[in-house]
Amino acid sequence: MRMSPPPRLHQHSIREHARALRAGEYSCVELTQHFLARIEAATDLNALISVTAELALQQARRADRRIQAGDPDWLLGIPLVHKDLFCTEGVLTSCGSKMLDNFISPYTATAVAKLEQRGAVMLGKSNMDEFAMGSSSETSYYGAVLNPWDKARVAGGSSGGSAAAVAARLTCVATGTDTGGSIRQPAALCGLTGIKPSYGRVSRYGMVAFASSLDQGGVLTRNAADAAIVLHAMSGFDPRDSTSLQQETPNYHDFIEQPLAGKTIGLPKQFFGEGVEPEVSEMVMQAIAQLQTMGAKTVPVELPNSEASIPCYYVLAPAEAASNLARFDGVRYGHRAAEYADLTDMYANTRTEGFGAEVKRRIMIGTYVLSSGYYDAYYIKAQKLRRMIADDFQQAFKQCEVLAGPTTPTTAFALGEKNHDPIAMYRNDIFTNSVNLAGLPGISIPAGLDRNGLPVGLQLIGRYLDEATLLNVAHQFQQATDWHLKTPPGYL
Amino acid sequence: MSITNQTITHLAHLARLHIDAKQAEFYAAQLSRILELVEQMNRIDTDDIAPMSHPQESVLRLREDQATADDRREAYQRIAPATAQGLYLTPKVIE
Repeated sequence: MRMSPPPRLHQHSIREHARALRAGEYSCVELTQHFLARIEAATDLNALISVTAELALQQARRADRRIQAGDPDWLLGIPLVHKDLFCTEGVLTSCGSKMLDNFISPYTATAVAKLEQRGAVMLGKSNMDEFAMGSSSETSYYGAVLNPWDKARVAGGSSGGSAAAVAARLTCVATGTDTGGSIRQPAALCGLTGIKPSYGRVSRYGMVAFASSLDQGGVLTRNAADAAIVLHAMSGFDPRDSTSLQQETPNYHDFIEQPLAGKTIGLPKQFFGEGVEPEVSEMVMQAIAQLQTMGAKTVPVELPNSEASIPCYYVLAPAEAASNLARFDGVRYGHRAAEYADLTDMYANTRTEGFGAEVKRRIMIGTYVLSSGYYDAYYIKAQKLRRMIADDFQQAFKQCEVLAGPTTPTTAFALGEKNHDPIAMYRNDIFTNSVNLAGLPGISIPAGLDRNGLPVGLQLIGRYLDEATLLNVAHQFQQATDWHLKTPPGYL
Repeated sequence: MSITNQTITHLAHLARLHIDAKQAEFYAAQLSRILELVEQMNRIDTDDIAPMSHPQESVLRLREDQATADDRREAYQRIAPATAQGLYLTPKVIE
């Protein structure tokens, strides 16, 4: 008789699973059951909105059969959760909103379908800020996500449920989306590797839209090698997304072993100034020093307009959101108010009941900046700044291949600390949202723990389409350090 | 720039949201604060800069004018709040 699966298989990487599954050390079904049991034991984190146990076991049985038949795909049987804004046919896709609390999607997002075809096993759907609007995963209709490192603190957002689930080892991998930092910021706050690829890499088909010129799907994992495998699998041209890139995705995993010697890392002066917690700066500088000892050169660079990225973002993102969310009218899907006087009243009652406070606030801002008389002063002004911010990156990349700095100014903050002060919440995105404005790839990787035992994130930003270098640098850093192996106490 | 309650009421109508008088005051205060943040944009001179609406400067892809999607009306209407005979139902708009 075969021995029972090792007790800590939730710590295995994708390649370790791929090897062990083929060596018969455990099956995909056993792996799935192991994670489902961990999910059940950690419901207090509120990381998942739906658990799809039955479907997961079906997919695991199918993966086991494919492995037995000799299929070499590394993703076969790998457990994952999808952020609850990726449409999944037959499964609730709530977007963290009352508006979609009854929305059983009639179709599947391209990124989800690609991972499903590769044989990954979906364990459930993760909690998130309502319509991805937030930096703390506290605006969800289903309640706040707790950070596994300290349950009195936020997991970050908006992909906070995905981050908490991977950090607590409730899943091997989680998908996320990033409009202004929503993958990188929760990855930083939960001690994970989180990558947002270049705009256009991952199809937006079936991703509930927030700000269409900024939204991009990506992945949260425990290490860069896993991220390279999953990101490659979910990327690629999709005729159903008009902004999908018609370019081959490099097989990122093939590039992760390249040495750092000869690489030049730019350090934007504006990322190391006031407003960053001293401990965060210190650990980020130590991480950069580590990259230098491995052969990378550093060069100081300027991003002179980076201060403007928050105001610019908080005009453009709400403007696009106000337009995108006009579709929620109670006619074709989602919530419809029970009582109304006429059609206009039905729309307004439905939207007033269905949307939470932050979503309404952003719709109002977006409506304002797009309204007659203010369009040029706000919307066009912000679009001009967007070009200046994007041009600054182009200038900086003349001197280096990668930019490095902190992902966030602070480590995880307390639940409730900022959710009544929108401005304080928006400032979390200071180092991340300029990357979305420019459409560039960015990754956050663990770079240390502060004196409270909370993770610090190092952000690397790459040239357009150059995710491979980001994953390469991240992987090399993780070969020399063990921050990415740190597990929240209680989830070992 | 501070926003008046009257502006809030107008915006709420445009956005099809109900915001009562008490809430209007709250929204006016919050939106005014957010706009103060946004006003920081004006510190930067953007004359002669072309607006950037999208990270990809390329033109949209064209395709053959051929039907590519299957007819899935039933599946899509199953999740609608109210339908009849393949049509979406709304409150009456013509008296």
